[in-house]
Order: sequence, then structure tokens, then C-alpha cells
Amino acid sequence: MTLTGIYRSRRSGTPDSETSSGGGGTAVMRVIVPLQGVVQGHGGLVLGSVIPCAFFYFLQFYLKRNRTDDPEPEPDPAIQNSASSTNNNSGSSSPSQSELNGLARSLSRVIISPRSSGAHVSVSGRANCILKGGDSPGLRRVEEDSYDESGNPDGIIELGLVQNKLSLDVIKDWVSQTSVGLSSSGIASYEPPDGLMELKMGVTRLMSEATKNAVTFDPTQLVLTSGAASAIEILSFCLADSGNAFLVPTPCSPGFDVDVKWRNGLEIIHVPCRSSDNFNISVTALDRSFSQAKKRGVRIRGVIISNPSNPMGSLLTRENLYALLDFTREKNIHIISNEIFASSVHGDEEEAEFVSIAEIADTEENLDKERVHIVYDLSKDLSFPGLRAGAIYSFNENVLAASRKLTAFSPVSSPSQHLLISAISKPEFIQTYIKTNRQRLQRIYSEFVKGLKGLGIECMRSNGGLFCWADMRGLISSYSEKGEIELWNKFLNIGKINVTPGSCCHCIEPGWFRFCFSNLSDKDVLVVMNRIRKVCKSQD
Amino acid sequence: MRLIVPLRGVIQGRGGLFVGSLIPCCLFYFLQLYLKGRRPPPSDPTELPRTSSRSNLFSRGNSIGRVRVSSRAAPVAKPSDSPYYIGLERVKTDPYDRILNTNGIIQLGLAESTLCFDLLQRWMSENLMESIMQSDHGEFDISSIAMYKPFEGLLELRVAFADFMSRIMGGKVSFDPSNMVITAGGTPAIEVLAFCLADHGNAFLIPTPYYPGFERDIKFRTGVELIPVHCRSSDNFTVTVSALEQAFNQARKRGSKVSGILFSNPSNPVGNILSRETLHAILEFAQEKNIHVISDEIFAGSVYGDKEFVSMAEIADSGEIDKSRVHIIYALSKDLSIPGFRAGVIYSFHEDVVNAAKKLMRFSSVSVPVQRILISLLSDVKFIEDYMTTHRQRIRNKHIRFVEGLKQLGIPCAESGGGLYCWVDMSSLLTSYSEKGELELFEKLLSVAKINATPGTACFCIEPGWFRCCFTALADEDIPVIMDRMRQLAESIRS
Repeated sequence: MTLTGIYRSRRSGTPDSETSSGGGGTAVMRVIVPLQGVVQGHGGLVLGSVIPCAFFYFLQFYLKRNRTDDPEPEPDPAIQNSASSTNNNSGSSSPSQSELNGLARSLSRVIISPRSSGAHVSVSGRANCILKGGDSPGLRRVEEDSYDESGNPDGIIELGLVQNKLSLDVIKDWVSQTSVGLSSSGIASYEPPDGLMELKMGVTRLMSEATKNAVTFDPTQLVLTSGAASAIEILSFCLADSGNAFLVPTPCSPGFDVDVKWRNGLEIIHVPCRSSDNFNISVTALDRSFSQAKKRGVRIRGVIISNPSNPMGSLLTRENLYALLDFTREKNIHIISNEIFASSVHGDEEEAEFVSIAEIADTEENLDKERVHIVYDLSKDLSFPGLRAGAIYSFNENVLAASRKLTAFSPVSSPSQHLLISAISKPEFIQTYIKTNRQRLQRIYSEFVKGLKGLGIECMRSNGGLFCWADMRGLISSYSEKGEIELWNKFLNIGKINVTPGSCCHCIEPGWFRFCFSNLSDKDVLVVMNRIRKVCKSQD
Repeated sequence: MRLIVPLRGVIQGRGGLFVGSLIPCCLFYFLQLYLKGRRPPPSDPTELPRTSSRSNLFSRGNSIGRVRVSSRAAPVAKPSDSPYYIGLERVKTDPYDRILNTNGIIQLGLAESTLCFDLLQRWMSENLMESIMQSDHGEFDISSIAMYKPFEGLLELRVAFADFMSRIMGGKVSFDPSNMVITAGGTPAIEVLAFCLADHGNAFLIPTPYYPGFERDIKFRTGVELIPVHCRSSDNFTVTVSALEQAFNQARKRGSKVSGILFSNPSNPVGNILSRETLHAILEFAQEKNIHVISDEIFAGSVYGDKEFVSMAEIADSGEIDKSRVHIIYALSKDLSIPGFRAGVIYSFHEDVVNAAKKLMRFSSVSVPVQRILISLLSDVKFIEDYMTTHRQRIRNKHIRFVEGLKQLGIPCAESGGGLYCWVDMSSLLTSYSEKGELELFEKLLSVAKINATPGTACFCIEPGWFRCCFTALADEDIPVIMDRMRQLAESIRS
């Protein structure tokens, strides 16, 4: 109260200064005057602070509502009128809208409606987004004009599509032998869409085989889906809500964008890895991206990795995996490990060891495994992408329960299931296949890399997967994405080979390309090398 | 007062207005900023220094250290509370078998047909492997089935599919293979269409009673609402334009945007067939409101009555109305009784819908070996003709037996001409004419009579006492067993 007293006396002592300053704008003072009055009266402190705050709040509110029409905040006069103008503006904009809605709708209006040409009805906004994206121009060109040694020797050679043609003869023998088993089984009736138990047991055995039986997988934790793409889509749906994000170390598989974003409304935050670290995943970089996202208010729900990595073909070490798992535990987020090339490891037996994240999850006691999820692709590892069979392996009961129901949208058909059962229930088939496939991958890989080396092109050392990651930084005309795409175009048009440029894999360094060599026969390798040489020459 | 004093000084000086307003504003802004900065709860584990001992402190049941699944996965994961799924689950625990488990629950809840398995079996044993391993020039080429093929289906399959659909619809309408996208069954077809035609939060009008699975198919992931348009027994559950109009207006008042109408024809669960006039009226209504029409014609080949089936495609083709709003769903699971093959189709007159659906088939495409089998199966015209005639004939016979049996017990059925089920009026058995009474009867049917029939509530029927009974998975000798069980139940209730 004494303070108020002092205040009052000081105020009354300087009446002139108020009027003189009011000369600048008497209207201006009108806002302040009531404030002053309040200040001098009772409860001055509270009201004196609340009223300007309220004004400021309304201003913010007003600006927010009008952001699209009028991004520039008005200078101080707006403050005096803010209260009244908010009313005016909101009052004037909403009637016009309600008028529009209130118009009597008649047939003629539909036709006039400028929304679309004629009376066309529009598709949903999210379908429009899908229509714009996900195209691969290279693939279409290959379809139109694909290479054939005798039929079309000048056609385009496919090195972009990840498929394995090396061991088709083994697959062919198997398909020819299953004829009896298939037709007698009840393939026509309803089967559980998440997979028959018999098949699940076979798949887990196959997965264990890939880890050299270091892990035993539990078939009840497995859910079958129609391919790895739908497995990733279903998993990301279950782990994150619309607007959340996943961290993905890059370069990464080009498919993630489609699988995670399209229908789930999720974001991907790329965490760039660099050639100077051999494109190893660094937890520091993950941590930095995590904090940055958090600052922006984006919620991170997990990390997605590929092991063996796509496009580099490198294997993650135990230490890498421990570090990743520690990171996800620290942040309390999920980890999806994409192990679709687990059986396509082709490096030296001694040094190239594939370690599944399931093994890491199993070794530590008390570690909550519920954050660990694995994506597996049966059709990739069995060179049978046409079968459309993938799997989710998770330690999380809720994820499994939800995924089982969601497989109704991406089921594996009964004939495919029975076909697979007949193959993988025979251990000798699996062993022969994996062994043969491994040898062939090894051979074609070393030949391909040797060929590139002969042209002065180095590849990242890779031990798994169906591709190699070639460093063509020396060949691009300008060190930028533009230069990379130029070279890609030359490969397609002059060299007549379709490859995957690093920018598709979100690699931040231009000049890297992925070559999927498992599309080739021994003879094809020479053809491809000649074609690459041609492109190199044209580039000089 | 200390806070206000500088303010006052400023007011009395020059530029009073500006600074005098700015200072409190700044203070308020900083307060907001401070609050925002403090928002994450201090319990947030990310802020704590991490030691390996910390992970050991977490007990597994403790919710603090556990990682959460998304909030949209939770409703998917939890067991469904719809009586439709409850009934199906109950049958699994104790299924009826003529020899091994004569006291088990008889399944009348699943729309599947075993009536023509003998024909299918014969075809499969003769042609299955040949069709997978067929070849153009002598040698079987494994890459024709093993490698990636277009996700929307091989052109040969789409041609065969179009031909098959036109055949079962009496040849009055022809389908264009380029408007077609092959999907892994009817379920993904509906989901993909819903996704392409409506955004999250938009709605479809849907005449009731409707197939209980739509709830799951549409709501699980697409976030599209279903607005029921109630139909009554007095109209034999046929939808009227005035009811559509009313539902449309109500939805708009509530602020939800209606993107389309979804209905099945022949209707599921009633089994009635929409007339040409009704289809015209629906399409005109959709044109007036500028919304889509999705016609689910999954039972088009299972029509056994005298009434003629008319496809929405025929109405759309008849001109005058813009047909890009018409989309049709079809699948082979019911008409060809091969649900295990998971083969369906989206047929749309809208180019964008076809293109978007093609891309989405990355997630639900039919495997190539299965496509090969289907190409041979659907192009085998003689087999298809035989099969369709037999299929219709056998459903008709079974329908007559089943409906007659119920009639003798004083239980009437709605008039129907298609589908693998009938829509039974059990209101005379209700203890109270309400949803509660109906669910009580459902429970009694399951536990006393040991019959699983889908109650009307599961189909969002507004009138209590209706049940959907699928009779096409029954053998002839099962029908007296069911009637016996029903009689005992009816007597115990009526006495």
C-alpha cells in the first residue's frame, strides 16, 4: 500500500508530462489511460499486468487466425485496436464462408464448380500425394526395352531392381517337385492370414540358419505378410502415430519412403553417414538428430536400420548393434531391423558374420526386448520375389496382436504358403540352396568388383546383399546431385544400364551408385563393363 | 508495484504507448516461453544420465521403462467386441464335427461355401501344377513366376478377370482390363478404395444392415467414418434416396464431409438384390451431391433367385451420368469359393483412383504363382460355365431346405435372391424387443443351441431380432441337426 502511495504522489506531481506526450497522439493514450487508472486503483498490480497480457494474447490469436491472408503483423496501431479488430475480422470472414456453405446446391452448380474439370469428382488428398510420388523412371524404361542376349542385345540391362537370378535353377527344381503336395492340400479354404503354424516354424528355422543357429526364433512371435514392404508398413503403423517420425541412417533403402510415409502419415528423419566413416552408423549423429527433432517438437518413435545394409551391403558388428540398442533404450524408442538379406551373406566365412539384433536382445538380461522388431523377407532370400511373402518378428505382444489383424490387408495366399512349406520343411533343400546361392553371389560379386576396379572405379567393401556400392565421384561432371543425375542419365541412355543413384538412397555425398549384380550372368558382367567403359569415355 | 513503476515512467515519457505496451507483452511472451521450455515432465528418461545399472532397475511390468506402441495400434490389438468376431472365436474353441464332435458349435457366421469343392478339387488336381509351370515355348521358365511382376496384376489375368466378371453378370456389361487393379482379396480392395476416395475424418454413407467386416476394413487404418443410413424391414431393407438425403444433411450439419456411398449388392447380410431403378436413384443422388459410389458386388455370381442382378457398371455405362464416380469391388472368395487364394479386384472408372491403387498394390498384391493359376482357372470357359450353373443350383436347393426348415418352426426369413446366407427374423424368440434381448438370444444360440449366427446388432441393424445365417458350408444332413437344436431352443423360450 505504501508503494501505491508513492506512486500516486509521483503521478500527481507530473500531470503535464502526460498531456504533452499525448500531443504525439491523443488517440494513442486512450488505451493506456484505463490501464493507468487501474494501476492507481486497487489491485493495480494484477490488473495492470493482466490487461496488456490479454491484449498481447489476443494479438497472437488474431495473427494466428489470419496467418495465411496476412502474414505481416501490423505495427503498433494494431495493438490499440486489437480487441475490436479481432471481432471485426473474424466476424467478416466467417459469414462469407457460411454463405458459401449455405448456398442451395443444385445440379447446375456441380457442373459449374471449378474444383475439377466438368463434373468430375475428386480423389482424396492423400491419394493425390501417392499419384505424384514413388515412380521409378528407370524401371519403366527397362520394361519397354529390356536386354536379351539373343533377342535384344542393345536393350537396357537391369541393375536397379533388387532381385536374385543366380540360383533360379535350384528354385525351378524345387517348384517342379512340389506338384503332388500342392494339389492335394486344402489350398482353397480360409487359412489364418498371418500364416500357418507349419510355415512359421519353417521360417523361424530359416532365420536361425542365417545366424548359424546362434539364435532360436519363436514361431509364435512371427507374423507373415505379403512381402517386406507391407511388413514395414504394418510395423511403422503400430509403432508410431500420424505426425511422428523415425530416424533412418542414410544411405538407406529407397523403399522406406514409400513404406513408412504413404499411408501411415509418418515422417522420416535421415541421419547422414559419410564415406569417411565407411558409412558406418554413428550414435552421436543419431543423438544429434534426435535432439534436433525434439526441439522442433517432432516425436521420434524409433530407428530403422538394414542389416546387411542396403545399399552398401555391409554387415553391422556386435558393437554397432549394442550401441544402437543402448541408444534406443536411452531414448525409450523402438528399433526396426530390416534383415531381408540375412541369408544372402556372401563374404568370407571367417570375417563376414551376420549378427541378428535378436541375438543382442537375447544376450542381455533384463533388457526390455519389447522395443526390438525384425523384418524378414522370405521371397528375397529364396530368390522368389514373385511369391510376395515377408514376415514381422517382434518381442512386443501388442505389436504382434495388432499386426496379426492387419495382415488381413496384406495376406499371404494359401497356395503360396503351401508352396513355401514344401520347400522350407526340407532342411536339405534349404542347406543346398543357401550354400549354392552363397557361392554364386561370392563369385559374381568378386568378378563385378574386379571389373569395376579395372575401370578405376572403387566399391565399398561389402559382405552381404545383392548389390555393391560404387564410388563414381571421379566420373561426375559437377560434385552435386545434378552431376550425379546427369551421369545416371548417361548410364541409362548411352550405357544402356539402369542403376540406382545415391540420391535415391538419400546419400548426402553425390557420386555413389548401387549396382545390383545378382541380376547378371557371368557373360552379362563383361557386357556391363564394356558399357560402363563407354560411359566413362564419353565423360572424359 | 515494482513491476508497474517502470511502466508508468515510460508512459509519461516519450513513445509511451509503444514501449508501455511492449514491455508487458515481452514479459508475457517470456512467461509462455518459460512454460513451454518446462513442459516435458521431469521424469523424462532422456535427461537422466544413463548407466547400465539403470536398465536393471526397470522391472518389466513397470510402465516407466516400457516402450509404447502407437495409440492407433491399441484399438487394433485389443480383441474385438463385435458379436460377429466373438461368435467366430467361440466356434474355434469347440467346432462341430459330424463324427468327432457332435456337440460342437455349428458355424453359421462365416460366409463361405463348400458346395462346389468337388468341382474345384477336380480342376485343381488336373490343372494346378500345369498352370503354374505353363510355358510359352516348351521349356518352363521359372523367372516367369519367381521374379517381380507388375503389382496390379498381369495383363493376362486382368483380361481373364474382366471376361469372368462379365460372364457371371450375364454378359450385359463388359469390363475394361485397364480400369482394373487386382488385389489380395476383397478386404484390401475396400481399404485401398476408402483410402483413395476419402481423407482422414471424412465419411461414407452406408445403408444398414451392413457387413460387420466393413468396420474393421475401413476404420482400422484409413480413419474414414461410416454413417449408417437406416433401412427397415417394411421396405425389405432396401435403401431409399430420402433416407440417404436425410443422413447426408445430418452429417453436413455435424460438420463431417461425406465423400461417398458404400453398399453391397446383392446385399450382405439381407441377400436382396437392388433393382435397376434403385441403382439409378443412388447414382443420381451421388451425382447431385458430387460424391463417390462404391458398389461391393462380391456375391454377384451367387444369385439364385428369379430377380435379375444388375451391376453398377451397367448403370454407369448407360450414359448421361459422369461415371468417374463409380467404383466396384469384386473378389473370387465367395463366388468361386476360393477364399484362400485371396484374389479380388478394384474396378474404377476414375483414372486417378486406378493409378493410386496400382501403386498401393505394393502392399497387397497377389503372388505370381497364384496369378498363373487364376489365369488358367478363369480362362477355362467350360469349367467356369459348369461351375457357375452348379454353384447357383446348389445354393438354391440349400436355401430352400434351410428356409423351409425355419418356417416350420415359425421363424420367417426376409426375401432374398443372392448371397450365401439368409436374414432370419427371430424377433418371436426375443425375451425383450431390444438390443439387449437380441444379444441374450445370441448368447443362448451359442451356449444352449450351439449355433453361431451373426446378430443384427453386429450388422448395425436398427430393428432387433434379426440374425444372419450362412448355410452354404452345411451338408444336407446338418440341416436337420440345426432345426432340431432350434426347435428345442424355441420351445424352451416360448414355454
